[in-house]
Amino acid sequence: MSVAPPPTGRSRSTDRAGTTARAAEDGPTERTAGRVATPTDDTGGREGRRRRPTTTILVTAVLVVAAVYFLVPVYWVLVAATKSTDELFTTSGFWFSGSPQLFTNIGNVLTYDGGIFLRWLLNSLLYSGVGAVLATYLAAAAGYSLGMYQFKGNGLIHGVVLGGVLVPATATALPLFLLFSQVGLANTYWGVLIPSLVSPFGVFLCRIYSKAAVPVSVVEAARIDGAGELRIFHVLALRAMAPALVTVLLFQTIAIWNNYLLPLVMLADSRLYPATLGLTTWRGQVDRLPEFYQLTIGGVLVSVVPLVILMIVLQRFWRGGLTEGAVKA
Amino acid sequence: MSTPAQARPGRAGGGTAGGGRGQGRATGGRGRASAVRRAPWILMAPFLALFVVAFLLPIVYAVGQSFTRVERSGLFGEAGTTSGFGGLENYRQALQGTAFVESVGRVLLFGVVQVTVMIVMATVLALLLESASAKWPGAFRTMYFLPYGIPGVIATILWSFLYVPGLSPIVDVAGAVGLQVDFLGPTTVLWSIANIVTWAYAGYNMLIIVAQLKSIPGELYEAARVDGAGPLRIAWSLQLPLIRPALLLAIVFSIIGTLQLFAEPQVLQSVSTAISNEYTPNLAAYNSAFNNNDYGVAAAQSVLIALAAFVLSGLFLALTARKDRS
Repeated sequence: MSVAPPPTGRSRSTDRAGTTARAAEDGPTERTAGRVATPTDDTGGREGRRRRPTTTILVTAVLVVAAVYFLVPVYWVLVAATKSTDELFTTSGFWFSGSPQLFTNIGNVLTYDGGIFLRWLLNSLLYSGVGAVLATYLAAAAGYSLGMYQFKGNGLIHGVVLGGVLVPATATALPLFLLFSQVGLANTYWGVLIPSLVSPFGVFLCRIYSKAAVPVSVVEAARIDGAGELRIFHVLALRAMAPALVTVLLFQTIAIWNNYLLPLVMLADSRLYPATLGLTTWRGQVDRLPEFYQLTIGGVLVSVVPLVILMIVLQRFWRGGLTEGAVKA
Repeated sequence: MSTPAQARPGRAGGGTAGGGRGQGRATGGRGRASAVRRAPWILMAPFLALFVVAFLLPIVYAVGQSFTRVERSGLFGEAGTTSGFGGLENYRQALQGTAFVESVGRVLLFGVVQVTVMIVMATVLALLLESASAKWPGAFRTMYFLPYGIPGVIATILWSFLYVPGLSPIVDVAGAVGLQVDFLGPTTVLWSIANIVTWAYAGYNMLIIVAQLKSIPGELYEAARVDGAGPLRIAWSLQLPLIRPALLLAIVFSIIGTLQLFAEPQVLQSVSTAISNEYTPNLAAYNSAFNNNDYGVAAAQSVLIALAAFVLSGLFLALTARKDRS
């Protein structure tokens, strides 16, 4: 009979985080304590008893149907990317071209307009990579301060930041553009990067987590040994907060990578576009210029494949990290 | 959580009197304590500065703009513009235009149907994956979660190809068996958008529910089985009540997401004439700002969207909390 696995070394500290979250937040966060204990175990919570074969077949059939639904669009893009523009409209969408030209198509995508697509990809990497790393660091510092120090205004700042979690990002994009255009930041890399550096959710999570995971006695000992406050944060606290930081980093990377409205309103120069925005401009031209069908499909494939590989490689983190953050928030 | 007996790094309460007391004395009295006092502000400063710039200022600015009227003088505004306090004029205009109000109704309908379908789907898949009858649960879970890694805009482009007649194999197959499907017509396109959103986020919500299911102690299953409960009964009476917090959270996030619907309809506009410039509230705000150059009305619409998100999630949480108590 399989049961939920006993807490492992890693889960013990996070267990404390869950407990604190429960104590601090009350409500939706209850019952989160055990969640991280399970990523390594596939059978936790399953009933473990052998069922009749018909049930197994039925359940598996439903799961397969769902899998087809989730995978078909990705499969279609893979198939379509092997075809010429003519074949796109004349052959079955579900089977590969008789004369595949995947590499020609990809080559076209990468070289079109002086390699603008590669530039978009690099821009996306820049926005989400630099943005997420800095945002995580800033959120860690702010969350640690709110969690570990008691000072006047602590509660107020925490409340305001918490309000920030609830403000829809789309509500700030427009006024941000108006403000930034007055100081000359609109239509620059900074226009997209600066708003990406702020993660109220990250602060919220780091605050809870630092309270639970940074050992107060060790901080005290470091102080007595004469370590400065900033050194304590950088050497001690950041390491103790690592699991929460991974969560914030993944969340912020995805959020920036997926952001569409902000670059759309902020950027006029196509050389500053992230891949998402660039591809929509290509998509918008297919009616006039059919070759953009192939360019867009190839571009979608090139931008989706790394993400899919990343999702599979980072599975463990997604399971432990993303859901942890989501359940906690 | 530390016990009250453990010293906290900072001192409770503000005030400078007695600054050298507590743990500060151990390494040098007053200087040490003031370092502890300064540290959080130094650590927070960069975040706070950016938070003000990227969050507070835009919100204050938007609220300000929403109460500001810009009057253009001359036939085409060539004689310059004057702006001044406009009271609720922008809000009146935003709410008087039927298109905006209709768009709110549209996303509410969308939300009720799409969020329900998606959460039910995510819950069923999670329960099946966690049941003893599931084969290869890990592989299936990965497949379901995959779309979450694909940006919404890219997913929309992808699906737009699968919606367009001539290109779409789905339309072809349906046509071969005698079905005329139009994914982009006035009555269907809303549900085509719902399909994209469901495709992208069902796996993510499933994962949250799976995480909650895994945290249910095995003894509870044991006890239920001893009491003679079958798998369906266990799902209904044991698992569902215990994953309620995760479900509530997923629903609240989905409601907020639905109100903000923008990228999907905006991208699909190029293939469907059924999507107007005011199809969703956010699209309407975008349209007011960039096509009509009326930032006041756009700001008023943005404020209304944010308020609606607050009210709806608050209402939902309050309703479910009351049900909890009774």
